[in-house]
Amino acid sequence: MEPINVLTSTAVPLPLPNIDTDQIIPKQFLKRIERTGYGDFLFYDWRYNLDSPAKEPNPDFVLNKPEYKGSQILIAEKNFGCGSSREHAAWAINQYGFRAVIAPTFADIFFSNAGKNGIILVRLSEDDVKTLLDRSTKNSKHEITINLEAQTVTDNEGFSAHFDIDPFRKYCLINGLDDIGLTLRHVADLDKFEAKHDKEFWSAPKGAM
Amino acid sequence: MAAPKTLFEKVWEQHVVAEPAGEPPILYIDLQLVHEVTSPQAFEGLRLAGRKLRRPDRHIATVDHNVPTTSAQDRLVIADQIAAAQVNALRKNCAEFGVEFFDVQDRSQGIVHMIGPELGATKPGMTIVCGDSHTSTHGAFGALAFGIGTSEVEHVMATQTLSQPKPKTFRITVDGELPFGVTAKDIILAIIGEIGTDGATGYAVEYAGSAIRALSMEGRMTICNMSIEAGARAGMIAPDETTFAYLKGRRFSPQGTAWDEAVAQWKTLPTDEGATFDRELHIDATELAPGVTWGTSPGMYANIDGTVPTLNDAKTEADKKSFARAYEYMDLKPGTPMSDIKVDAVFVGSCTNGRIEDLRAAADIVKGQHIATTVRAMVVPGSQAVKRQAEEEGLDTIFKSAGFEWREPGCSMCLGMNPDILSPGERCASTSNRNFEGRQGRGGRTHLVSPEMAAAAAIAGHFTDVRKWKQ
Repeated sequence: MEPINVLTSTAVPLPLPNIDTDQIIPKQFLKRIERTGYGDFLFYDWRYNLDSPAKEPNPDFVLNKPEYKGSQILIAEKNFGCGSSREHAAWAINQYGFRAVIAPTFADIFFSNAGKNGIILVRLSEDDVKTLLDRSTKNSKHEITINLEAQTVTDNEGFSAHFDIDPFRKYCLINGLDDIGLTLRHVADLDKFEAKHDKEFWSAPKGAM
Repeated sequence: MAAPKTLFEKVWEQHVVAEPAGEPPILYIDLQLVHEVTSPQAFEGLRLAGRKLRRPDRHIATVDHNVPTTSAQDRLVIADQIAAAQVNALRKNCAEFGVEFFDVQDRSQGIVHMIGPELGATKPGMTIVCGDSHTSTHGAFGALAFGIGTSEVEHVMATQTLSQPKPKTFRITVDGELPFGVTAKDIILAIIGEIGTDGATGYAVEYAGSAIRALSMEGRMTICNMSIEAGARAGMIAPDETTFAYLKGRRFSPQGTAWDEAVAQWKTLPTDEGATFDRELHIDATELAPGVTWGTSPGMYANIDGTVPTLNDAKTEADKKSFARAYEYMDLKPGTPMSDIKVDAVFVGSCTNGRIEDLRAAADIVKGQHIATTVRAMVVPGSQAVKRQAEEEGLDTIFKSAGFEWREPGCSMCLGMNPDILSPGERCASTSNRNFEGRQGRGGRTHLVSPEMAAAAAIAGHFTDVRKWKQ
């Protein structure tokens, strides 16, 4: 996982609530066994003209507008990432080039998946999100800075807000830490717990252990 | 005396391995269910890091999401090369890492959330995870069960634990007798309609009350299954005699004296009198009606005798925008009576409603009748065990005589990863769990309903009130 602390970028506005993981990456791309190569499929059904054999980019969709190319921040409305647990959604967002998503709320499993992939998820109030959405819609050069250490979001038009983040998640993002290694620091506790827990036969998936 | 605790708190506390300062607790996972779609990258991660499964005996794998349902032969040689490669990858990974695998034509194959309970692998008080959001299904047994992403799948494989922030608790009490024609599916659709698709985000929900207690295990699983559609981390129902009767004698259930000891332990799990929840909601079961979703989110729900809501019914600006978009995608006008909506396709199946009881209920409706000439309909049993049982009871004959296709088990048209998809514009009465844009195929229009309502729609050619259904 790539460490991240301060991110300054223009932003792509996607002013819709409840953007589900089926929209972020449709099912047909979940058959792949690779962990990379999902960026081109991000928002696939919205992004390409699928009625035409050439499947050319849909010029009306925001990701295809040249002025928003290269943006590393995505802004959306409430309950972003609801639905399926597919981590492919986080992979697609990351591999497209986004390093952060700003929204009022995120769905639980997506929230966790994004953290494992070094994506900063910033929760701001609905009003603050609306302000940023409006500014990025009106002006593709609207630039946002997310400072993870300071837990602030600012922009080049005078916006400033504080955001909350779990301290451990923040620490992992800033240091780009691998989760399994972190847990294995507690392997002595785990060995002890497991030896006792294994005797609780009700907990054994396959009858008595 | 110890402070009263909730079911969730008891299960949680029995699984905390460590609570490192400044980090989320480390939670022990009793069982991980594995399927072809969300596991290949996890196994690959282990391989790259030179890691093994800490506890292969706490893993069970099967194939469900992308397997064809047309015939046994089509499943043994999958035409879609990418899907075939994914199924093969799981076969190889299970052999290499020592995971018990129920292959495509195994007697125990089925949707992961069907086979856990059927095998007796799912038990009260356990922690269960799977790289699939509908893992919440297993909460029907009083287990703490939730969906995770692939990085977490790998984490559980390597450590048999997860680093988990503790969710808040939310009790939804459904009291009263369900009216005729109203099912577990209608209860959960009504709950989601009431609290919204993010209404339970951050919570572990416990379903309680006389209407929940009166449900079979199948009905309870339907309710817990769709907890995620309200954003919940997990949905749980306290184990009781119904739970024990379901589990007794199953392949992985404790036997003999171990069974008695297990039941004694399970009886300690229900929420104590006086325990408090962070949030409570009460629903009157007697006021519920058969439901149909009209839009592109499971919360966009109306009673069968109602109409497609108008923009004035939208509670917020965001909802208004969603409604407008949904009218267009679903090609529906506000104010349209739900029973005027015609359907082109009917799907009975999925981890929500692909169990034997669901198939019996649908068969009861269609018996001796025939689907409308404008409709194509299929029944996809959730597992090999359900398929066998249904065939023993002659349900397959009832469905086939009525014009339904009778398929092999899998996830099928619930998410359309296999060839079972809707065409653009096609409208489907579906017993599944999500009506998102394109969920059942690009441009497809999904209405979520109970098995009874789906079956009646297949015969009538449009949604119709099962409470008035005449045999």
